[in-house]
Amino acid sequence: MSATADITPLPAAPAATPAPLAASPPAHRLRAALLMFAFPVGVLVFWHLATYGRKYSLIPPPSEVAIELYDLAFGGIYDDAFSQTLHIHLLASMSRVYGGFALAVAVALPLGLMIGRIPVVRQLLDPTFQVLRPIPVTAWLPLAMIMFGLGPRSAFFLVFLGAFYPVLVNTIFGVRSVDPRLFEAASMLGCQGSAQFFRVVLPASLPAIFTGLRLGLGFAWVVIVVGEMTGVQTGLGAIIMEARQLSRTEIVICGMIVIGIAGFITDRLVLLLGRRLLRWSPGHG
Amino acid sequence: MADTAMPIVEIKGVSKQFELQGERIEALRDAHLSLHKGEFVCLIGASGCGKSTLLRILAGFEQPTRGEALMWGMPITGPAPARGMVFQDYGLFPWLNVRRNIGFGPASRGRPAAEVRETVERFIALVGLQRFAEAYPHQLSGGMKQRVAIARVLANDAELVLMDEPFGALDAMTRERLQDELLEIWRRTGLTVVFVTHSIEEAIFLADRVVVMSPGPGRIDSEMRIALPRPRDVSAPEFNDIRRELGRKLHSNLARKAA
Repeated sequence: MSATADITPLPAAPAATPAPLAASPPAHRLRAALLMFAFPVGVLVFWHLATYGRKYSLIPPPSEVAIELYDLAFGGIYDDAFSQTLHIHLLASMSRVYGGFALAVAVALPLGLMIGRIPVVRQLLDPTFQVLRPIPVTAWLPLAMIMFGLGPRSAFFLVFLGAFYPVLVNTIFGVRSVDPRLFEAASMLGCQGSAQFFRVVLPASLPAIFTGLRLGLGFAWVVIVVGEMTGVQTGLGAIIMEARQLSRTEIVICGMIVIGIAGFITDRLVLLLGRRLLRWSPGHG
Repeated sequence: MADTAMPIVEIKGVSKQFELQGERIEALRDAHLSLHKGEFVCLIGASGCGKSTLLRILAGFEQPTRGEALMWGMPITGPAPARGMVFQDYGLFPWLNVRRNIGFGPASRGRPAAEVRETVERFIALVGLQRFAEAYPHQLSGGMKQRVAIARVLANDAELVLMDEPFGALDAMTRERLQDELLEIWRRTGLTVVFVTHSIEEAIFLADRVVVMSPGPGRIDSEMRIALPRPRDVSAPEFNDIRRELGRKLHSNLARKAA
């Protein structure tokens, strides 16, 4: 092969017109920020007007919820059984959410890759999963309690279940929708057989896998309350259930708010990670 | 190039049939063709004439139903780095930047990292993409993507470069520029090129030899040696004569098919 002979560079390719960087002027950003807060502020005002100063309102006004949230986190106001316990419940729920999610990924990711890639595994498992998938996590609750007993193990299992299917389904989809052209390109470049798995299949399906991870983690937070209805003592779901029985609606709302914020922060972190890993993908970069 | 030397590629009585929704399609019937090292051959013909099928058999993506395809006398049984393919839709790996796309072949064949790096730099320079070495495919224009695709097969020691309407999706100016660059690379490297096109002008501009194919069933109809000196002037009268003659050959095929 003589492609090495006499190689001097051809003139450089003409520069591509640089894509306009999305540097929005400050006025636009201010407008976006105002719009972003307009709706929640509106809801808060409505909530306040509808509940404040009404003696028999079952829903506490926002100010009461804010005070309760402070007491849950730092104590020093009511000094009851709930004061200064937020971090315990938050940590308990987070460990279940991330633990269940991690286990779901550890099982669903390899399984999805195999179902997507190996016909015999697909024929063996895919129909069963298709039937199991529509069963809601709540329907698994009694069975989980029988299998894993009352307590954190059931909660863990239910979170696992909630995160499992989004990861599985999106991984299968990602693997199956790899452009066949890329396999041809890889094989004519000398990357054949099982080597294609790591060099083509895995990177090509990464955007879809990533979508699955994001959805899965979202679902893990969604099912945490159900998971913690199984008789655990700690966790955001547990205090919501306990506060409900005690008619402490302001604590119920605090629990909801904390779950929302924790889920949101988690999602942002995953998104940030995805942006780094998927810089190459026009839909993510 | 003496015709007595061993051909780099021989196609002997190759036929290819496909089963498409229970119907049997004869994509290629009894094709014979020899290529010599360093030749630039264009395959031309209307759609359905089997030119892409022939190219895919050469690449090893398809196996002939009958007959045999040989490279250096050995049957082509599957894709291999010695036969690099440049696709019309580029086929670049979107998750790799320009540098790593070009290094994909050498790296997956286990070449030492330093050697891969050195090879990659050389071929990035060859196609003039130094400034875009870190760019990802979606950030490149069509012409730049096709330069990467060409550099990628060259960096992988391809001896035979198979090009399936590589410039078909590009605008006219980019196409002309890439045609010039391709000829320049071909002249410098002594590659053997099989180039599929449906443009008569492109075929005459590029090829040593134009192979005319015709559809229904796909087959090789005739060949024409282009003896014009390079660089060729597309507006020269000699160029026009060849264009007319080649056009007649192509159209007589179509007329026959319609009859």
